[in-house]
Amino acid sequence: MVLAKIFDFALLTEWIDKTLNSFMPEWLTVVTERVLIGLVLLLTYSVLALFYIYFERKVCAAFQCRLGPNRVGPWGLLQSIADMFKILIKELISLKYTDKFLFALAPYLVILASMLAFAVLPWGKGLQVINFNIGIFFLIAVSSIGVLGILLAGWSSNNKFTLIGALRSGAQMVSYELSIGLSVLTMVVFCGELNIVDIVERQSDLWFIFSAHIPALIAFIIYLIAGTAETNRGPFDLPEAESELTAGYHTEYSGIHFGFFYLAEYLNLFVVSGVATLLFFGGWMPLHFPGCDGFNAIMDYIPSVIWFIGKAVTISFIIIWFKWTFPRLRIDQMLALEWKYLLPINLVNLVIMALIVVYGLHF
Amino acid sequence: MEVTTKSMPYEAWKDNEYIEKLVAELQGAGTNVIVGSLDKLINWGRSNSLWPLTFATSCCGIEFVSLGAARFDMARFGWEVARSSPRQADFIMVAGTIVHRMAPVLRRLYDQLAEPKYVIACGACAVSGGPFKKSYHVVMGCDQIIPVDVYLPGCPPRPEAMIYAIMQLSRKIKVERFFGGVNRQEKQKEFLAAHPIEEVND
Amino acid sequence: MATIQETITRLFPDATIEQNPIAQVSVPAQQWHKLAYELRHNPELDFDFLVTIVGMDWADKMGCIYYLTSTKTNAHLSVKVTTADRENPSIDSVSHLWAIATIFEREVYDFFGIIFVGNPDMRRLFLSIDWKGYPLRKDYDENPEVNPVTTENERQTDFTTLYTRDAYGKLVAEEKRVFEPDDFVVNIGPQHPATHGVLRFRTAVDGETIKKIDVYMGYIHRGIEKICEKLTYPQTLHFMDRLDYFSAHPYHHCLCMTIEQAAGIEISRRAQVIRVLMDELSRIASHCLFIGTYCMDLGATTMLFYTLRVREQILDIMEKTCGARMTFNYECIGGVMQDLAPDFVDDVKALLDVIPGNIKEYNKIFTGNVIAKNRMEGVGRLSREDAIDWSITGPSGRASGWACDVRKTDPYSIYQELEFDEVVRTEGDAMARFKVRLDEITQSARIISQLIDNIPEGEYCVKVPKVLKLPVGSWFRTVEGCRGTFGIYLESDGNTKPYRLKIVPPCLPAAAVVDHITRGSKIADLITIGGSMDYIVPDMDR
Repeated sequence: MVLAKIFDFALLTEWIDKTLNSFMPEWLTVVTERVLIGLVLLLTYSVLALFYIYFERKVCAAFQCRLGPNRVGPWGLLQSIADMFKILIKELISLKYTDKFLFALAPYLVILASMLAFAVLPWGKGLQVINFNIGIFFLIAVSSIGVLGILLAGWSSNNKFTLIGALRSGAQMVSYELSIGLSVLTMVVFCGELNIVDIVERQSDLWFIFSAHIPALIAFIIYLIAGTAETNRGPFDLPEAESELTAGYHTEYSGIHFGFFYLAEYLNLFVVSGVATLLFFGGWMPLHFPGCDGFNAIMDYIPSVIWFIGKAVTISFIIIWFKWTFPRLRIDQMLALEWKYLLPINLVNLVIMALIVVYGLHF
Repeated sequence: MEVTTKSMPYEAWKDNEYIEKLVAELQGAGTNVIVGSLDKLINWGRSNSLWPLTFATSCCGIEFVSLGAARFDMARFGWEVARSSPRQADFIMVAGTIVHRMAPVLRRLYDQLAEPKYVIACGACAVSGGPFKKSYHVVMGCDQIIPVDVYLPGCPPRPEAMIYAIMQLSRKIKVERFFGGVNRQEKQKEFLAAHPIEEVND
Repeated sequence: MATIQETITRLFPDATIEQNPIAQVSVPAQQWHKLAYELRHNPELDFDFLVTIVGMDWADKMGCIYYLTSTKTNAHLSVKVTTADRENPSIDSVSHLWAIATIFEREVYDFFGIIFVGNPDMRRLFLSIDWKGYPLRKDYDENPEVNPVTTENERQTDFTTLYTRDAYGKLVAEEKRVFEPDDFVVNIGPQHPATHGVLRFRTAVDGETIKKIDVYMGYIHRGIEKICEKLTYPQTLHFMDRLDYFSAHPYHHCLCMTIEQAAGIEISRRAQVIRVLMDELSRIASHCLFIGTYCMDLGATTMLFYTLRVREQILDIMEKTCGARMTFNYECIGGVMQDLAPDFVDDVKALLDVIPGNIKEYNKIFTGNVIAKNRMEGVGRLSREDAIDWSITGPSGRASGWACDVRKTDPYSIYQELEFDEVVRTEGDAMARFKVRLDEITQSARIISQLIDNIPEGEYCVKVPKVLKLPVGSWFRTVEGCRGTFGIYLESDGNTKPYRLKIVPPCLPAAAVVDHITRGSKIADLITIGGSMDYIVPDMDR
C-alpha cells in the first residue's frame, strides 16, 4: 500500500510518551504532555496568525498594484511581528459605565472558540490533539461559541455602533451556521463517518471533491460562501464594516484585547479553510488518483503537514480574493441570500447526495 | 547615537540637532543594560508599527489618500492599517483645518487614543491656521488643543513630505524610554494638565 | 423677459425693477410673502429653482437677495427684500415654496441674525449654539476673547424654534422637538469614515431602518466669506482652491470671470482655451476620485487604487503646468498664471489614450457586479421635481432627469463652440448618479480632444492694473463645477476689496437633501446615498 510511505507522526508522539513515562510517574507524564501540547498549540496559533496577517497584506497589495510591507525585515517579513509587539504593550483602556467583567471576557471567548476548533484539525498523519468519534460535530459546535463572544463584546461596550455591529453579527452567524452545518452534513452522508481521521483515510484513493463529483462541488461552493460569512470577512464584513460602523463590535477595544479579535479573525479563516480541506480535499492526504501508482508515490514524498497547510492556505487565498474584489452586501440582502437561495439549494443537494450514496453513483 | 531608519542615511535628515538633543536629554542618566535592551525591543516594535487614525477634515486628507494609493504606497512601511476607531490607532495625522466647532471633537479623539499616542500636525492649517489666519472660526494651530510631536508644513504637503513626517515620528519613538528616565509621556501630562477639560457625564 | 417684468408690475405696482444685468425686483418686506407665492406658482412666472439666498448687511438696512431660475424658460430673476430693523430683523420665510430654502434661510440667520418667520427650523447652521454675534454683519466683534477656542463638549439641544407672528405683528417663538422622545438616536460623525470629511448626522433608527436624520454642519466652517472682505480681489482667488479642492479650476474660473466682467477685462482666446482644458481635466480627476471613494464606501476597496492611477496621471500634468498637485491658484485675473508646460499636449494625449480602457475596466470590476447592482439600483431615489425643489444640481441633478448643466443652459467662456452631450438619466437612484459621472468622464475627454490640437497662440495673460478697483455694483455668475452649479455673488462699493463675496456651493443642498431621501431605508443605504451625492464638506461649510 502506498500509504505506508507517508511518515506517521504517531511514531513521534508515542516515542515522546514512552520516554517521559520511563522516568516519570504517570500523573506527571500526563501533566507534562498537556503542558507541552498547550505550548505547541499556542505557538502554532500565533505563528500562523502572524503569517496570515502578512499574507493578506501582501496579497491585497498585489491586487491593488502595490508592493505591500517591505521595510521591516527581509521582504517585510517582520512587519506583523512588530505589530504584535506594539499591540502587546499598548494601553488597555477601561471604560466607564460598562459591564467590566463581560467586556474583558468577550475577547477570550472569541479566541477560545478558534482555539478549540484548532484542536481537532488533522495536521498530518497521526498529528492531531484529540481524535474522537464525533470530531466533525465537535468542530461545528465549538465554532459557534465565537458568536457569543462577539455579541458580548458589542453589548458590554455600551456603544451604539458596537451594539448594531454585534446584532448584525448575531443574525449573520446564526443564519450561515445552517449552511455550514448542512454542507458538512452532505459530506458526512457521503462518507458515513463523523471521525476526522476516518474521513481523511476514506479519501486515500480520491479526494471527495472528485469522488462525489457534482453534489460535492455544490456543497463546497456553499461551504465557501457560508464560511466567508462565518468569519465576518468581505463581502460579508457587515459586523465590522469600516465605512458604516467605524470598527463594528470591537470599536471600543484597545491593546491586546483588540489584538485577540484581530488574531481570531485570521485564525477563523484558517479553521474554515482547514475544514474545507478536510471535507473536500482530503485533509493531509496527498493527491492520489486510482491507477496512477507512479504519480501517487511521488506525491507521497511531500510531507503530510505541508499538504494540509498548503491546501488550507490556497483556500484562504480564494477567500481573501473575495474580500478585495466584491463590494459589501446589505444586511437584508445578506439574509435573503442565505434563507432564499443557499438553504434550499443545500437541502436539495443533501437529497441528491443521499440518492447518489444509495445507488452508488460515485467514483 | 545616530538614529535613522532603513535605507535613509543619517546625513539626509534635516534636523539631526533636535534628535541629538532629545537623545542627550532622555538618555543622559545612562541606562541599565537589561532594561536598555528591552527598551530597544519595544521601541523597534513601536516605531515600525504606526497605525494612523482615519482622520481628515479637508484637502490634506485627500493627499493622505494618495499616500495610501499605489504610487506612494505607505503599506511599504506598515502604515496602511488605518483604524477608524481611535482606541486602536497609534497616531493622529491632523490633516486639515481645525475650527472652533471641531476643537472639542479633536480633543476627545485624542483622549480616546490608547497610550502611547502621537500627533502629526499636517498642513499649514493644522500647524498655525495657515491661509485662514484672519478667520473668526479657525483654531490657529492644533497645538493649542493637543500636544504635537511632528509639524509638517505645506498646503497641502506632498505625499513624499508626509512619508518624511511619519519617518521623523518613528525616529522620535526610537529614542524614547519605556522604563525609567524622563520620557515624552511626562511632557504630555504637563501639557494636558495645562489644558484641562471638564468631566463628561452622559 | 419683458413678459415676466410686465406680469410682476401688473401684480405688484409697488415693485421696482432694475437690470443688473439679471433683472432685480425690489419689493417692500410686507409684500414678499405674496410675491414669492406668485413667483413660484403663477404659470406665467414659474420660478421653480431657488439658486441661492444672499444675506446682506448694508449698514443702514439688512436684507436678502433671492436668485431664482425657471427650469422651463431658463429665465433668471433676483428679488431684493430689505428690513431696516437691526435689532430684530425678520423676513417672511419661503421654506414652504422651495424646500431648500429651509437650509438657505438657516445659513442667513446664522451669519446675519435675520429671523425667517414661518421657517420650521430656526437654528444656527454652521456655528455652535453658544456662539456670540453674527459674523458676517459689518459690526461683528472679531476679538478672539468673545468666542474663545474651547475644548469642552459643545452644548446641544433637541429643540428647534419656529417663529410666527401673532395678531399684532409681534414675533412669537415656539419650541419644537427634533426627535421623538423615545427615538433611538445614533450619532454618525463628525469623525466617521463614510461622511467624506467632517459632517455629522444624528440618525434616529428603528432597528436598521432610518426614521429621520438631522444634519449638523460647520465642523470645517472657516469663514472664507468674511476673510474675503478683508482681502484685495487677487488675494481672494486662492480661497477658491480650498473650497472644493477637486473643482479648484472651475471655481477659480468663476471668480475670475466675475471680476473680469465687473472690471471690463477681455481675456485672450488662448487663456480661455487653457481654462476650459483645466476645467475638464479637473472634472475627470474629480469623477475618478468619486468613483474610487464611492466604491470604497460600498466595500470594494480595490477600485480606489485603480481610479487613483488616472488621477495621479492628471495631477502630474497639472503639476508640470501649475506647479502644485492640489491647490493650484492657476487662473488669475486677466488669464492664467503661467503658460502651458512644453510637453502638456503630449501628456494630455497620453491621458486620452488610457481613459477608454480604464472606464471599461471600472465597468467590468464594479458596475456589472451583481452585489453592486443590488446595493445601488433603486436606492435613494430622487425625482426630478424633488431635485429642483432641493436645488440638487450637477451630476446628481442630471441623474434625476433635470438638464441643469450650466455649460449648456448658460454657456460661458468657449463652451458654446464645443461639441459635447449633456449626460442625463431618468432613474434618479444611486446607480444613475454613479453612471452619470462615469459617462461625464467620456464627455470631458471629448471636449479635451477637440481643444488639445487647437490651442491658439497668443498671450496667456492680459495686462491688468496692479491695484484693481471695481466700480460700484453687484454681479452674479454661475459655472458648472465638478459637483454642480457653483455661483459667485460679488458686491463692490468701489474699493479694492469686495464689500460682500458670497459663495454658492453645490454641496450644501446635496447634504441637506440626505434626510429627505434616506427616510425608510437602511443604515447601509445612508452610506450609499451619502456617497452618491458626492458632497465635499469644506465646500458646503466654507
